[in-house]
Amino acid sequence: MQRMVEITFSVNNESKTLKVYPMERLLDVLREQLRLTGTKEGCGEGECGACSVMIDGQIVNSCLVPVAQIDGAEIKTIEGVATGDQLHAVQQAFIECGGAQCGICTPGMVMAAVSLLEKNPQPSDVDIRNGLAGNLCRCTGYMKIFESVLRACRQPGVSDAT
Amino acid sequence: MRAFIPAYQLVTPQSLSEALTIVASDGGAWRPFAGGTDLMVLLEAGKLPHKNYLNIWNLSELRGIEVSDAYVSLGALTTYTEVHNHEILRAEFPMLCQAAKETGGIAIQNRGTLGGNIVNASPAADSPPALLAYDAELELVSKHGERRVPYLKFHTGYKQMDIRPDELLRAIRLPRAPNQLTQYYRKVGTRKAQAISKVCFAAVGSMNDGKIESVRIALGSIAPIPLRCVQTENALRNQTIDSLAAARDALGSEISPIDDLRSTRDYRLRVSLNLLEDFINELSV
Repeated sequence: MQRMVEITFSVNNESKTLKVYPMERLLDVLREQLRLTGTKEGCGEGECGACSVMIDGQIVNSCLVPVAQIDGAEIKTIEGVATGDQLHAVQQAFIECGGAQCGICTPGMVMAAVSLLEKNPQPSDVDIRNGLAGNLCRCTGYMKIFESVLRACRQPGVSDAT
Repeated sequence: MRAFIPAYQLVTPQSLSEALTIVASDGGAWRPFAGGTDLMVLLEAGKLPHKNYLNIWNLSELRGIEVSDAYVSLGALTTYTEVHNHEILRAEFPMLCQAAKETGGIAIQNRGTLGGNIVNASPAADSPPALLAYDAELELVSKHGERRVPYLKFHTGYKQMDIRPDELLRAIRLPRAPNQLTQYYRKVGTRKAQAISKVCFAAVGSMNDGKIESVRIALGSIAPIPLRCVQTENALRNQTIDSLAAARDALGSEISPIDDLRSTRDYRLRVSLNLLEDFINELSV
């Protein structure tokens, strides 16, 4: 049995100090210790993207990150995407276009789309498909998701709505 | 079933020299842990028997892409995203960039490292065929100093490598000047994104006076190791492009594809031969 270690990091701009086993998955720490259950577990092996979060601005699968590696990092989860009651343009577009059905993939899809638009505010169809290629959806057939992302790009100021 | 997480150790050294001291201690009990995209999958499946890991993710000595006149040197922790965003790599080593772009999705590309892809030693990995075709060289480092190993000689058997437990892979060196060469890379998988290869083919070559002058060919997913196909290259050198029979025979005997969950021996053999032909056609254009 190994000792727990103390780590400090920020989640959605709030600083957290936790005792953890170093090899715990970031996904489990977010969901179970911090009760941020918006991030979902799908496959648990980096194939489906349901657990996508951002570490220091980069999209990652939180099921594949041992928590010892986020000491000092800034994490953004789906709970940190909206600004208060003001939904992010991507979230609003998912509602308007029917981009969500059962909802399990949706937090990961939104994170991947937000990440894409931060790097490329006016993506082409191909850019959107590539940007979401690591996120699987078993309900929508993807078309309404792609449409949602396209609609989000048409919102004024989306590039700085982070 | 899931592993018992408290049984695992992941210690974080502050420098490369501290890391090298740790891997040299306890009779090789410590193994490096980088982006975790392979090891965490095994952990979750309860198939990670080794328990003690060294978190090398933040070691700046293992990061960065350096360009000199003769080489591009990639730190072992260079991520796939860093590979395919790098201008010189895109201009001169497009096969490596394509391999990086076709490995997993963006979330994997942000965490997966070139060094990890090499030392994880999966025969189905996508960057090794490109590295073999570029005739890459590996820089290994230990407390006792550095040594260089031609990548061609690094994989010695299934998951067996020329690296000691007290050594870390520091960098991958690519000799520059493949610009005059035709470069050909194809990953064949079940779908475009997030698929593991059925066959991966990387080759460079040039023609002179209607004959094949230089050629290097490497394949993945068709042998216990990423395979440089030297006999096939020998059968091609100094030949015209319409005398391919010997090269096809050589490739057929050099690779040893198997039936597994991703594909069959027959399909892999057929596709490998077709890709060889496609490469040669491209070479002659």
